Amino acid sequence: MMNLTLKIWRQANTTSKGEMVTYPIENVSPDMSFLEMMDVLNEQLINKGIDPVAFDHDCREGICGMCSMYINGEAHGPDRLVTTCQLHMRKFKDGETITIEPFRANAFPVVKDLAVDRSAFDRIQHAGGFVSVNTSGNTQDANNIPIDKHDADKAFDAATCIGCGACVASCKNASAMLFVSAKVSQYALLPQGKIEATDRVLNMVKQMDDEGFGNCTNTGACEVECPKGISLENIARMNREYLFATAKG
Amino acid sequence: MASLDSKIPKGPLSDKWTNHKSHINLVSPANKRLIDIIVVGTGLAGASASATLAELGYNVKAFCFQDSPRRAHSIAAQGGINAAKNYQGDGDSTYRLFYDTVKGGDYRSRESNVHRLAEVSTNIIDQCVAQGVPFARDYGGLLDNRSFGGVLVSRTFYAKGQTGQQLLLGAYSAMNRQIGRGKIKMYNRHEMMDLVLVDGKARGIIARNLVTGQVERHGAHAVVVASGGYGNVFFLSTNAMGSNVSAGWKIHQKGAHFANPCFTQIHPTCIPVSGDHQSKLTLMSESLRNDGRIWVPKNLDDVQAIREGKLRPTQLKEEDRDYYLERRYPAFGNLVPRDVASRAAKERCDAGYGVNATGEAVYLDFTAAISRYGKEQAHVKGLNEDDAVLVKKLGQDVVRSKYGNLFQMYEKIVDQNPYETPMMIYPAVHYTMGGVWVDYNLMTSIPGCYAIGEANFSDHGANRLGASALMQGLADGYFVLPYTIGDYLADDIRTGSIATDSPEFDAAEKAVLDKISLFLNNKGEHSVDYYHKKLGKIMWDKCGMSRNAEGLKEAMADIKALREDFYKNVNVPGTDTEFNEQLAKAGRVADFLELGELFAKDALERTESCGGHFREESQTPEGEAMRDDENFTFVSAWEYKGEPADAVLHKEELNYEEIEVKTRSYK
Repeated sequence: MMNLTLKIWRQANTTSKGEMVTYPIENVSPDMSFLEMMDVLNEQLINKGIDPVAFDHDCREGICGMCSMYINGEAHGPDRLVTTCQLHMRKFKDGETITIEPFRANAFPVVKDLAVDRSAFDRIQHAGGFVSVNTSGNTQDANNIPIDKHDADKAFDAATCIGCGACVASCKNASAMLFVSAKVSQYALLPQGKIEATDRVLNMVKQMDDEGFGNCTNTGACEVECPKGISLENIARMNREYLFATAKG
Repeated sequence: MASLDSKIPKGPLSDKWTNHKSHINLVSPANKRLIDIIVVGTGLAGASASATLAELGYNVKAFCFQDSPRRAHSIAAQGGINAAKNYQGDGDSTYRLFYDTVKGGDYRSRESNVHRLAEVSTNIIDQCVAQGVPFARDYGGLLDNRSFGGVLVSRTFYAKGQTGQQLLLGAYSAMNRQIGRGKIKMYNRHEMMDLVLVDGKARGIIARNLVTGQVERHGAHAVVVASGGYGNVFFLSTNAMGSNVSAGWKIHQKGAHFANPCFTQIHPTCIPVSGDHQSKLTLMSESLRNDGRIWVPKNLDDVQAIREGKLRPTQLKEEDRDYYLERRYPAFGNLVPRDVASRAAKERCDAGYGVNATGEAVYLDFTAAISRYGKEQAHVKGLNEDDAVLVKKLGQDVVRSKYGNLFQMYEKIVDQNPYETPMMIYPAVHYTMGGVWVDYNLMTSIPGCYAIGEANFSDHGANRLGASALMQGLADGYFVLPYTIGDYLADDIRTGSIATDSPEFDAAEKAVLDKISLFLNNKGEHSVDYYHKKLGKIMWDKCGMSRNAEGLKEAMADIKALREDFYKNVNVPGTDTEFNEQLAKAGRVADFLELGELFAKDALERTESCGGHFREESQTPEGEAMRDDENFTFVSAWEYKGEPADAVLHKEELNYEEIEVKTRSYK
């Protein structure tokens, strides 16, 4: 069992001013997930009449992309290839002080405490994150177009992005290039997505810029902190797609 | 009983759906623009329905409590999606998928609905591929399949262990296209608080903005509930933290019958509980049973030594292991259906053979598969098949390519390497077959109110087969509801938009506001979670993997008492004008506290064992479940009467025309 000191960002709502508040917590089991530790803290706060800490979370198995804590200066904390919900307390030491902040970016305003508004990501997807095919029951047979296994696998790897925003939170420019390029790559690699590839990349990049995300300066921090290991290769692929699209006009 | 007219079309089973589609009413493209539809929930069913309805031209308003529709819990489904494509040429067909699903459901599902599901299954795969869903492929570029429990063919399409994620992102992308076109208005971080009826028809909802606390009125010509299952009534389940029954329960309170609440799936392969802090349980995909062998030690001495850490499972000789599924069910072995596998694990653990400190875990072992694949690879590559180190490495590579993300997840949670030592697993609540009663058109007993996906009851009977939930969610949303809803809406083309300044909306909104203020002004002693955990313990102990009359009666009384205490003593902090997760949760737990009692009542009433519902009083001498077809071949549809104990039972008799009802045997 461990005793820890938590320094947590508290902010009542988007417009109010926030501050770091310190809470001690005792008897933390190393088998707890980070969010289970937060549950224990909140239960204690509620019983003391203190407003519990708001944080986003849902599936708690690393796939929904809802949890979003910046722990000790890293998106999703010190472990690699995990979301905050899959980070376990065994990664911390007894007596440690843990700093917990929300994902910070101009395009991700704080909703409350550690919860942020990532609807900018949704709006980028509205701009082009799809293949324009209606549901009809008359689409051609799924095996009519064979797809090179390597391309299919690369498309899958890009498609595993969970849209958590760790890439943005980790980037000194708050760039969303890794996120956007993952979707652009998935479709660019598949024959079904190639047809509208030009419009897609132009529209998605425009929306990304309009949302106020920063530029990519190739520091690679996004790839390091990405819980799904989305590769920087995708950014290179999107840049090629974008160049091709602008040249094509 | 008029309210239970299932509206199954006449004619031969295999023609029903085609004929029905040809004869139901349509709404013209020009008129669809005049019609508004609300969809609550954006999982596979809700997202696919929203997208398709919007493509057809309806105005859709979609609601989800998460911060984005992409986060709905369908995202977490791992293993795959079934379709009767017969790409493997192993004798699969629409009929066989239909047959397996009805049999797997222990003959408690509606035959016509299941046949339709099997018919549209192939369209789903075509549609998803067209959307750019990256399914697994072989080196020839064609789609790959795997096999799942309870069937003898390979019909499961998959995307590594993230099939649900890829299918949901496909449906989400179809939604995004329509949001971009203005045909779907998306309401993120909104919760449905109640259904509004006008002249007996569903005409809108009261919703609450979870960020600002604002209570809103939304009118529509039809309301579709796609809010998933109610497994979180057990507190610990594989559901997401926010998964809840509230949308389904609110429409139940307004007149929609709730069917077979006791039919719950306890999934055999989940990561065992590690301590009191546990907030949820994590599933390990059923696909692992393709290659993993399940066992416990044969001797109690070995069990003791393992629990004390004196013996490692890898040190135990073959002859000292009890591969109990292979022993009891030689035909299906480790791939028996979920209910059978779960009960068998419980049987061994109850007998004292559980392999972890709590005594509630069995092994899922990949050693044999690693060796088999390794030898195969060594042979193919012309390498030395007797080089154990090489074979192990090659075998691990194959296993990694198939289940890599699952193994990684296991290691992160348990801190053990499953490539080197067997996984420990134990059953956990996973899926609820029961749900809101619907007719063939997926309409509930309230006109204009529909329920789709896991939220309804119709397709899985008393037990769902693996990889069938994704199939049903997408079938309902892409291919069934968009047709059947037109039949109802055809009468609404002259109605005009639904006004929300009516007395009905006033009354519904007031009830919602009153409930919120009740919670916030209660100032009780205990947190919402305190009650949720207590409810979960009652459910698990008395309505879990095996049930008896005495325990179920106790459960009903215990839950009622707990509910009364909740309203007296619950403490909900904060205000109603801010982001207040405790307040949202209080409303959800309040509904679970009613559903739980109805669940126990339903289980008490059904004195047979079937599927996931095992009554100790109804078993064979060998301890296998004993169905009672003579007295229980019906759907229990409960009508709301206030207290759950007073709910009135309506029976929909189940008739099987194209299938012989047999004892389910996997031996």
